[in-house]
Amino acid sequence: MILARVLGSVVATQKNERYAGARVMLCQPVTPSGEEFGATILALDSVDSGEGDLVLVVQEGWGASTAATGEPGAAIDSAIVGVVDYVDLLADEVT
Amino acid sequence: MQLARVIGNVVATVKNDSLEGRKLLVVQSLNAELRPQGAPLVALDAIGAGVGELVFWCRGKEASFPFRREDTPTDCTIVGIVDSEAHVSTGRRRA
Repeated sequence: MILARVLGSVVATQKNERYAGARVMLCQPVTPSGEEFGATILALDSVDSGEGDLVLVVQEGWGASTAATGEPGAAIDSAIVGVVDYVDLLADEVT
Repeated sequence: MQLARVIGNVVATVKNDSLEGRKLLVVQSLNAELRPQGAPLVALDAIGAGVGELVFWCRGKEASFPFRREDTPTDCTIVGIVDSEAHVSTGRRRA
């Protein structure tokens, strides 16, 4: 799983049927110390997250499909599975 | 998944049987400001997208799930069409 900041959401009327009713969230991956890295990604929400939240994102199809739709086998590669309260890091582990 | 703009199409007469009748499109992934990020990719279309449209695509094995033949050889499939640029909502101001 990675940590990411929710930037917002995306609305698509025409989409794969397994996405019906799902919220598609725009997320920026961040390091545990909060620095942005990598490409902006989309993830389906399974925990009612919102803009500005620090979240846990699963980037594996089986887990993401199951979390977001209740069943595996959907064309979903990322899902938000938790809203992070805080990250506790050792003082010398700045990554 | 990632946001992307469809920037072209690919025609291949000789291809895997499972790709017969499928549309191949060139997509350029975008960040939250809808600026290009990374190199363009060739995606299989599962939703009826066309050149110029704002879409999102799924990566990996899950990319083959929208197709009846789940052995369809793709690792990048367009699974949604974003209604408009205004339907990408973020707290960040788009220049």
